[in-house]
Amino acid sequence: MNDANLELERYELREPQRYEFATDRRVFNATLGAGLMLLLARDNSHAQPGRRQPRRGEPLGDRLHVAEDGIVTVLTSKVEVGQGSRTQITQAAAEELRLPIEKIQLVMADTEQCPDDGGTAGSRTTPSTVPRVRSACAAARERLVELAAATLEVEPGEVQYDRGTFTTAGRTMSLADLVREAEVAESLQAPPNGEAQVRRVSEWQVLGVPTNKVGAEAIVTGQHRYPSDYQLPGMEYGKVLRPPSYGAKLTSIDLEAGQKLEGVTVVRDGDFVGCTAPSSWQAGKAIEALVATAEWETVDHPSSENLFTHLKETAREGGGRRGRRGGGAAGDVDAALESANQSIDSSFEIAYIQHAPMEPRAAVAEWSDGKLTVWTGSQQPSRVEGELRGAFGLRGDGVRVIVPDTGGGFGGKHTGEAAVEAARLAKAAGKPVSLRWTREEEFTWAYFRPAGLIEVKAALDDQGRIVAWDFANYNSGGSALDTPYRVPNKRERVLECDSPLRQGSYRALASTANTFAREVAMDELAELAGVDPLDFRLAHLEEGRLRNVLVAATEKFGWRKRRAEGRNIGLACGTEKGSYVAACVEADVVDGEVQNLLVCQAYECGAIHNPTNLRSQVEGAIVMGLGAALREAMEFSDGQIQNASFYSYEVPRMRDLPEMELVLVNRPDLPSVGAGETPIIAIAPALAGAVYAATGGRSRSMPLKLG
Amino acid sequence: MPDRFSLEVNGQAHSVETDAQRPLLDVLREELSLTGTKYGCGEGACGACTVIVDGEATRSCITSIAEVDGRRVETIEGLASGVELHRVQQAFIDQSAMQCGYCVPGQIMNAVALLRTEPQATGEQIVEAMDGNLCRCCNYRNLRAAVEQAAGR
Ligand code: FES
Ligand code: FES
Repeated sequence: MNDANLELERYELREPQRYEFATDRRVFNATLGAGLMLLLARDNSHAQPGRRQPRRGEPLGDRLHVAEDGIVTVLTSKVEVGQGSRTQITQAAAEELRLPIEKIQLVMADTEQCPDDGGTAGSRTTPSTVPRVRSACAAARERLVELAAATLEVEPGEVQYDRGTFTTAGRTMSLADLVREAEVAESLQAPPNGEAQVRRVSEWQVLGVPTNKVGAEAIVTGQHRYPSDYQLPGMEYGKVLRPPSYGAKLTSIDLEAGQKLEGVTVVRDGDFVGCTAPSSWQAGKAIEALVATAEWETVDHPSSENLFTHLKETAREGGGRRGRRGGGAAGDVDAALESANQSIDSSFEIAYIQHAPMEPRAAVAEWSDGKLTVWTGSQQPSRVEGELRGAFGLRGDGVRVIVPDTGGGFGGKHTGEAAVEAARLAKAAGKPVSLRWTREEEFTWAYFRPAGLIEVKAALDDQGRIVAWDFANYNSGGSALDTPYRVPNKRERVLECDSPLRQGSYRALASTANTFAREVAMDELAELAGVDPLDFRLAHLEEGRLRNVLVAATEKFGWRKRRAEGRNIGLACGTEKGSYVAACVEADVVDGEVQNLLVCQAYECGAIHNPTNLRSQVEGAIVMGLGAALREAMEFSDGQIQNASFYSYEVPRMRDLPEMELVLVNRPDLPSVGAGETPIIAIAPALAGAVYAATGGRSRSMPLKLG
Repeated sequence: MPDRFSLEVNGQAHSVETDAQRPLLDVLREELSLTGTKYGCGEGACGACTVIVDGEATRSCITSIAEVDGRRVETIEGLASGVELHRVQQAFIDQSAMQCGYCVPGQIMNAVALLRTEPQATGEQIVEAMDGNLCRCCNYRNLRAAVEQAAGR
């Protein structure tokens, strides 16, 4: 496994699908034996094909092709789910190839064509894929210059190259001419001859420049095809029968009830029941008919009412895989807590929430001569390929996964449920099948951001400095578990619990929960010490990037002035995945509702690649974070999600838009890191501070209790 | 029993044989291959499926084909004239009013319907009219700016 994938493993949670998909046992037994079943049911996340791993010395031709019209096609396994990777990687290639953006065509996330840069998660595209693409493109540019020199019969040093034109002593040749006259493709077959020179940040002409989304015109005209928009000749529409509650087992069903409807094919394979029909309307009718005849054996399931007790009761020390990341121990926490005269003992409750991307899970699957091709919305094309291989016992070139730019992910699309289901149905129907989950299915059968219970015990010495910090996270995970503040005695850990809901990654993962608990606890300690929350933090922060954004945000916001005026304000800061954020909030609370919201956020992620997209990402993250801070929470009982609808699970809307001021700190001297996640982590605790100022009541939950 | 329905879509006459209750959204996407109109919830809660029926912004997921029999439907595919984008489409590009872009066709159709009745809609009218169109990327500031630009603000 390459470095990038190792990084992903640390950053990401991913729980395999829980319902059992028995798949085609005959294929199974014939090709791989029954042993795989167990593997599949337990965890299929590592069923990777183990090829196309990028290696040192990868031929440049695997990464890019130059066509006769001078257009350069660049390939990457990354996907575009709305965080701007397509535009950013296009900029990176254009920068190093010295071409305008329009001359670059990016092919993304096609497991048959693209070098494997890993999945799109953990903010890894910026620090890992962009440098990789840049160095390949820089090496290709050097190679092209050599080739042009040979064609023009001069030394490479005598050729100038810019914007697709080679110039030497008054003669010019275009990139397109070069492709016609020289063996460009052959020459790119060799790996680079060493580290190519990439452009210095101070010389950037494409990176660092505000750039609109590549492909915007196709989006505003409705021409861009998302995974759910793919249509193939002879294609049918599929639907799957879902259990009425979590863990319910099918005991009997009359398949004929669906089968007898015109044009419908019903498939049963173990616990899996689905159907296909010429339209999704007919497929829906067939599923309704099947539901009416199905009988189920249900099981008990915890409810959201007693969620936090349940987490606490089922907690196990040790932390497992998710606890391994981060978390520290220093000094003697227990003794320090014992001897301190001022301390806090607070617990925080973080609800399950859902990504709810506007495009639910979707896939189109086609079998042709035993080969499976699937177009689907996923952040992990190569893992989905692995899931399909596992499910259908396919090897070699048997599976191709293509991820068209998708309608949102936010960490919620790491799995391949729709792909596997569509492929199973297509196999039975003998036709391509399109399957799109309903909103209710997405709200019920996708996974959730982990709920968490966080217990913080902390104490102050007689100078008002933190002497003890004991931080225990039940279930929600280890991201941003370490406090960035100076503390002599500390213990930070994650406890694994039995999660009632299927859980997985989410934008910024547990760093939102951990930052919320830590920052609210910091406010409590500041109050105990009788110090302004800003001064209290500054007193515990080293010089550096976090302190810098905190200062930048509070200065822009006018923290001290507003504080002197007795306004309802709050602040918070944090770091995760190498970037730094601080938020200040002013708000009123009227009749249990937050009003007149002003947010001022400073954010720093190294050298900025695309200021236009950065602003969008930071603003989008703030507003999305407000949803989880104020309203979003999964409600469940009797094994059912009780708010599986946009009517009852209320995501932010236009009228929730706060007044926003941003400070985007550019650091051309520092490596660029991803910005799609971390800007979400500071808003909830900053708002909690403002709500406390407004109401005098300390809310320690997400969503906040305002009453 | 399927019935036959006639409707005009983006200026073209169509005749469709299907169940009367079938949603317009499915007919547009699956019968007419007009996939620019999106599914987001199927129950009228998100606006992703917004089209214009006889001048009015309409949620095609909760509108049956029978309800649009004999009527005029406009979808995102019919908005630009040739290569010239509609000013609302252009405003969405200018203001970067898209992240994943999935909500955008519905947002644009809703904004177009608003600006036809209120060409100089105020900020308040814009928020009021656009509030039912969800964007999970929460790109609302740019979305609002785009509609404001199109309204000449
Ligand atoms: S899909 Fe029609 S309103 Fe959501
Ligand atoms: S841009 Fe992604 S849902 Fe609006």
